[in-house]
Amino acid sequence: MNTHSGTSAPALLSVKNLRVEIKTRDGVVPVIDDLSFDLPEGGNISFVGESGCGKSMTALALMGLLPQPAGRIAAGNILFDGEDLARATDARLREIRGNDISMIFQEPMTSLNPVYTIGEQIAEVLRRHQGKSRKEAHARAIELLDSVHIPSPQLRVDDYPHQLSGGQRQRVMIAIALACKPRILIADEPTTALDVTVQAQIFDLLTELREVTGTAIILITHDMGAVAQMSERMVVMYAGRKAEEGRVRDVIQQPRHPYTKGLISAVPHLLDTITDDRPELLEIPGIVPPLTEFGRPNCLFASRCDSATEKCQAARPGEIAFDNGHSSACFYADEMQP
Amino acid sequence: MNESVPVNTSDNIRARHPMAEAFEMFMGNYAAVAALIVLILIILAAIFGPMLYPTDPFEMVWAPFSPPGAEGFLLGTDYLGRDMLAGLLTGARVSLAIGLAAAFMSVFIGITIGALAGFYRGWIEEILMRITEFFQVLPTLLFSMVIVALFGASLPIITFAIGIVSWTAVARITRSEFMRIRELEYVTASRSTGASNAKLIFSVILPNALPPIIVQAALMVGSAILFEAGLSFLGLSDPNVVSWGQIIGSNRQYILDASFTVTIPGVAIFVTVLAISLVGDGLNDALNPRLRRR
Amino acid sequence: MEFLRILIRRVGYAAILLLAVIVLNFIMVHLAPGDIADTIAGDMGGATEEVMAEIREDYGLDKPMLVQLGSYVGGVLQGDLGHSYFFNQPVTKLIAERLPATLLLVISAQLLALIIGTLLGVISARKPNGITSHFVSLLALFGYSAPVFWTGIMLLITFSLLIPIFPVAGMVDVTLEGGFWTRFWDIAHHLVLPTITLASIFLALYSRLCRASMMEVLGSDYIRTARAKGLSESQIVLKHALKNSLSPVITLAGLQFSAVVSGAVLVETVFSWPGLGSLALQSILARDTPTILGILFFSALVVIVGNLLTDLALRLIDPRIRNQS
Repeated sequence: MNTHSGTSAPALLSVKNLRVEIKTRDGVVPVIDDLSFDLPEGGNISFVGESGCGKSMTALALMGLLPQPAGRIAAGNILFDGEDLARATDARLREIRGNDISMIFQEPMTSLNPVYTIGEQIAEVLRRHQGKSRKEAHARAIELLDSVHIPSPQLRVDDYPHQLSGGQRQRVMIAIALACKPRILIADEPTTALDVTVQAQIFDLLTELREVTGTAIILITHDMGAVAQMSERMVVMYAGRKAEEGRVRDVIQQPRHPYTKGLISAVPHLLDTITDDRPELLEIPGIVPPLTEFGRPNCLFASRCDSATEKCQAARPGEIAFDNGHSSACFYADEMQP
Repeated sequence: MNESVPVNTSDNIRARHPMAEAFEMFMGNYAAVAALIVLILIILAAIFGPMLYPTDPFEMVWAPFSPPGAEGFLLGTDYLGRDMLAGLLTGARVSLAIGLAAAFMSVFIGITIGALAGFYRGWIEEILMRITEFFQVLPTLLFSMVIVALFGASLPIITFAIGIVSWTAVARITRSEFMRIRELEYVTASRSTGASNAKLIFSVILPNALPPIIVQAALMVGSAILFEAGLSFLGLSDPNVVSWGQIIGSNRQYILDASFTVTIPGVAIFVTVLAISLVGDGLNDALNPRLRRR
Repeated sequence: MEFLRILIRRVGYAAILLLAVIVLNFIMVHLAPGDIADTIAGDMGGATEEVMAEIREDYGLDKPMLVQLGSYVGGVLQGDLGHSYFFNQPVTKLIAERLPATLLLVISAQLLALIIGTLLGVISARKPNGITSHFVSLLALFGYSAPVFWTGIMLLITFSLLIPIFPVAGMVDVTLEGGFWTRFWDIAHHLVLPTITLASIFLALYSRLCRASMMEVLGSDYIRTARAKGLSESQIVLKHALKNSLSPVITLAGLQFSAVVSGAVLVETVFSWPGLGSLALQSILARDTPTILGILFFSALVVIVGNLLTDLALRLIDPRIRNQS
């Protein structure tokens, strides 16, 4: 259940008890298991966790783009402005995608179609959702390229993706995503494939555009530094489940889940900037459990957890709530030392 | 070795000989197994058929165009009243023999050219690939027709004429396999231990490049049989031996009177080549480890 | 400009290939036992040594082979492929009469195979376990395994004899009178069965490759992007996926030109189609060397031009190829 209180205005996006199942050779696996969170208008939330924790699946589920025919939303609601996207028709989802909710992806090198100009790929979405003519859409595409700081956009608009660098391609992806002024932008590891210096530029650009457009951003990342820079709230995912949620500041200062603690410790400078004391650098031993173990009625992190007890192996922990909508799915959340 | 390590069953990798795994994979492909059985039956019929059914395929035994089943002739008689079944059995020998021999020749040329080009690179590759390209531009059938017409329609010449135009695909595959494998660690390792180029080519790279070549070779047998049938159909076959294509070619003018004389040998070619290509597909699935994961 | 330079280089390379074709064929023909004089003498029912020598002199066969080759290549450069003793006509004229029919057959078969093959490939890629997909697999097996001349004969028996909806042979109905459209439809009518026969070898090849490449493309990142844009399924498949999956299919089609020309020889024979193939067979059986050489030259030319066009088509489709030299 939605444990955190204090959100007064109705959320722009409210996900309730979402369960997403994927059919694999070994059976049906809940890749997202009972996930709930809210995103207010213009808000910012990050999803963090290692690869294979269900972050990207969450994004795809919100977009209605789960892999077909293997994936499906088995239970729960995705309320967008009061409308349940989990039950919307394909046609309705197509109207929303790229228009009200957009997404940018991890691999800018391969996310643009190599055989069309970038101008066409931007203009296309304007024609689709805003009914613009070819000429209008082309003109607007140039403006959009300018707004994502592509130099001499009048010339670059006719370039093909292979003529652009990775960072520029991601800027084009952002231009496509923001073309119709969406209310939510989902950024799935938008900088992972890019150089460090370019990463910072892309985050700066996203921050700038958020301030200009008021678009809410859902950032999916495994980079705690990016979370600290970009978001107000964060959700830590582990093996398809929400491990912890709260304000970024609260979570980083006092993680209430051993998994979060491990993630933070893996990035020492993060704490440097916020607190003076610097804990021992500690790695989380082991790996995310295989898909076949998802959905078991115990704490899935227990096998990697130092403080796991028999209770953790026997039952699935519920959420324990703290201040400011901070919550944790750990039996011993209360006892965690900061 | 007696540690009791808890083994996760899903991660338990069975270490088995790759050929055993390929064999099992092949046997699991029912279409390929069925095709293999058909193929074996055809080969047996080609070897023992003429002995068990010793009618001379050139001898006029009955009235022309007797339909199948009439007067004890299981497949009827052709335009000269010759026994179709006898022709089919004797023709199987020729078709299969030429198919195998021509495929062997083209695989031999193809591997040689592809291996040299893929191993040595540089100007050797340049020249060999130009030669390959040249043979790709030649209209294969016309070129073989000319060879057969000029040098005589005997079995060796026909085999040569088919083999000489059919090797380019094998050369391309061999070259790309060699180019891929020569960069792998174990080749570098052998090289650093001072292995000679010949040793590298024949005992290090070639065995690992073989799977796709074997598949292509199997398919080559099928295309060579089709090729021979085409030549015979055009009348460019050894007049002293019967082959399936030749039966079709010589009866072609009479399809109005007796279409079975053309249909039956056509079906024989079709079934044989189909069986070969199904076996080839099965081999491909079994030998190609990338597909095995799917 | 860049494009023009590439084109010129390609054409230059094609010319070298063609020259190689001429030289090899010339040498091969002259290595063969017997020459035109023997054949003509055979036709005349024997000839004296003097007559033979005279014939050899007429055809320049008494000169050294290099000189003969030189004068042949020189002739080809001037558009002269020699004189056919069998048809008693210039080879160039013979070929010019027959080439259009072959081109018509080859091009319509390639187009039919490409269009239907792509269509089947796209449909079966969308539903890899659907009926169309299984049909494509079956068709591929059939196309590869059935001898093309036999397929032709079977179609002929079925659709010209049993159900007589198509003509049995030839390219035109000589008894027919009428204007351009009458003749156009007449040729089209004659073209149906030969085209289907020839296309049957390649149709399945293309559809199978198109299915594979389409399935790969449909799983690519930029298709996910297109979906995230809210595009309709038909826009995704026909605009974004198709153009990308066509490149390998067109490349394969280019590689098949030599096989298409070979297949055309057989198909022309089955349907008495008045093209180069039937001319080739006649001249080969008659050992009419100049004609044989001319046909080999022209069919290589058809393949080379086909490859050039393939290259151009690929550049048109894929900007990544367009921008590299």
